[in-house]
Amino acid sequence: MSSLALPKAEPTAGTARGPARPRRTALVPTVTLLLGALYCLLPVAWVVIASTKSGSELFSTFTFWPGTGFADNLSDLGAYRDGVYWQWMGNSALYAGAGALLSTCVSAFSGYALAVYRFRGREALFNVLLAGVLMPPVILAIPQYLLLAKADLTDSYLSVLLPQILSPYGVYLARIYAAAAVPTDVVEAGRMDGAGEWRIFSRVALPMMVPGLVTVFLFQFVAIWNNFLLPYIMLSDDEKFPITLGLHTLLEQGANTPALYTLVITGAFLAVFPLVALFLVVQRFWSLDLLSGAVKS
Amino acid sequence: MPYTKRRRLVSSAVAVALGATALAACGSSSDDGEARSGPVSLTYWTWTPGMDKVVDLWNKGPGKKEQITVTVKKQASGDTLVTKILTAHKAGKAPDLVQAEYQALPTLVSNDALADIGDTVGDVKSKFAEGVWQQTTLGTDAVYAVPQDIGPMMFYYREDLFKEYGLSVPATWEEFAETARELKRKAPDKDLTTFSANDSGLFAGLAQQAGAQWWTTSGDKWKVGIDDDATKKVAEFWGGLVKEGAVDNQPMYTPAWNKALNTGKQIAWVSAVWAPGTLTTAAPDTKGKWAMAPLPQWGDGESSTGSWGGSSTGVTTDSKNKEAAARFAAWLNTDGDALNALAKEGGIYPASTSAQLSGAFMSPPEYFANQPDFYKKAAAIAETTAPSAWGPNVNVAYTTFKDAFGAAAKNKSDFTAALDTMQRDTVADLKKQGFGVAE
Repeated sequence: MSSLALPKAEPTAGTARGPARPRRTALVPTVTLLLGALYCLLPVAWVVIASTKSGSELFSTFTFWPGTGFADNLSDLGAYRDGVYWQWMGNSALYAGAGALLSTCVSAFSGYALAVYRFRGREALFNVLLAGVLMPPVILAIPQYLLLAKADLTDSYLSVLLPQILSPYGVYLARIYAAAAVPTDVVEAGRMDGAGEWRIFSRVALPMMVPGLVTVFLFQFVAIWNNFLLPYIMLSDDEKFPITLGLHTLLEQGANTPALYTLVITGAFLAVFPLVALFLVVQRFWSLDLLSGAVKS
Repeated sequence: MPYTKRRRLVSSAVAVALGATALAACGSSSDDGEARSGPVSLTYWTWTPGMDKVVDLWNKGPGKKEQITVTVKKQASGDTLVTKILTAHKAGKAPDLVQAEYQALPTLVSNDALADIGDTVGDVKSKFAEGVWQQTTLGTDAVYAVPQDIGPMMFYYREDLFKEYGLSVPATWEEFAETARELKRKAPDKDLTTFSANDSGLFAGLAQQAGAQWWTTSGDKWKVGIDDDATKKVAEFWGGLVKEGAVDNQPMYTPAWNKALNTGKQIAWVSAVWAPGTLTTAAPDTKGKWAMAPLPQWGDGESSTGSWGGSSTGVTTDSKNKEAAARFAAWLNTDGDALNALAKEGGIYPASTSAQLSGAFMSPPEYFANQPDFYKKAAAIAETTAPSAWGPNVNVAYTTFKDAFGAAAKNKSDFTAALDTMQRDTVADLKKQGFGVAE
């Protein structure tokens, strides 16, 4: 820990005059965190500023000085191939929204089942899933393509949605969360009161699992939103492309055509907004700790 | 380019997943004879901007008459597209028509992804320069694609600054080196140009001009000549210039490079016919100050150039309507209206010789308004394109080039050693893929 390197804080003068002042801000951790924040935010700032520059300003003016071309960039982007950019944005929203929702449902069911029920092979199943967490999805893209090609599903919306529904990490997270948040006592109490298993899950356990499921949803949403290789392999029709793929085609226009940097940068800038909005909206669910007082400890 | 890393990641991931497939020698069966009944619809993977508008001309014109409808599916260009085509081909789902760079053709053919369309398109051969057509036959009797655009290499320089520093346009590479040194003496903070290792096509083109034959076949074996005398000469030439500091060693296509061109820190660029498009975005402030000349030559009185870029239209073996697809490919790349539209919408420089001086190419590119005979000169230069020899693993050679020469340029170290690495890795990969390699 970097704070250990700090000299011990001297007892602050003037404590007698009032309540003890809070400990002096630890300098090293603060600076480290500030640097980290800068490191993360600088590229974002670059994108924001670069998106305001016109093509001739992009590489010739000072990096962090805003340009004058934002409106033009925006209308150029909207005009590219008759507004296909907005189509990409919609596609991304569909893939990420529907995909994350379905994936969260699957994770909730399986996570709950793995946490609450005892059955033969439970641990083996869970370990297989854990192994799935370690497997980078990139490796699976080609086999998934070949499989879906057999079912004649390539180059369709389903071809991108289906493979993303089962998320080993989501199941893992849901199981861990269900094990911690849904006490066995509550499930037992439900059974005593004559509730069916489905009712216990949907009425009692599910609300308790919400904060965990929100996390699963967000993880999946971001993962699908940023996914490149799977849609790259699956799709050939650029009207079905998500935003990542669409922007890639703007960059790779062939050797004799310059990359459309200003459009790509503006496009990337706009693509950040849905994610930011999602985080702001969903954030409040995290603080919910619904039934933490339901069982006496 | 900024996506290089990702691109490499993608292609290697795809390659790993596909596994190294043992590949049969060139040659594929073609079933052109099949009878066609009723309307046909074809899909076409291409990255050329505005291709959908060009295809509309077909769908409303000759295509309507012949009941052949083509649908464009716009793709991102580059090596990854080749991998994507091969993946689709593995599942039997490749589109009917694909756009492919010339150096990718052997890879596609050796994976049996491209069909021989010689029977249908054989008679358009006369529309193309010998050296261009030869790239689509791979030296066999078959024809695997119809040439679309080409990238003959040229020398671009700042006319005003050359005058200011009293430099003359180099006719030979020796003079080129002298010019670079002279500029350094007169203006030490400026560079004639840079040696960039981030686009392998440039070096391949320069080697091609010098007479290099990187891949040849002898019997049923491949012979790799990346370290042949011609290429060595080119590597040593540029390595020497970089080492003595006569030219810069920073990569192209970076913001810094754009700035160097735009501010006149670099006053020349060895490039190809498509350079006006790149310069328009890279160096907007210097419009009208550049001029184009033939590439410097290795010997007095010679005239030859290499090519950098260019692509063709191929028909896949997965297509159920190969003959119809081939007919479209021939129309697209030889019909006057189609080529005019391609030039206008897609900004390509046509491979078809008759199109190089008509329509869009009667007047110079806007950026080169000061050089009215730009395209006349370009057509004359294109005619001198040296033959090229591509093999089935150009992508591997290109990747090694970027790594080995990138490091050598940065450290100003020995370029010949980098060339040896490139040769070694390319041969090793060929063997690993199961090709016979003649030593």
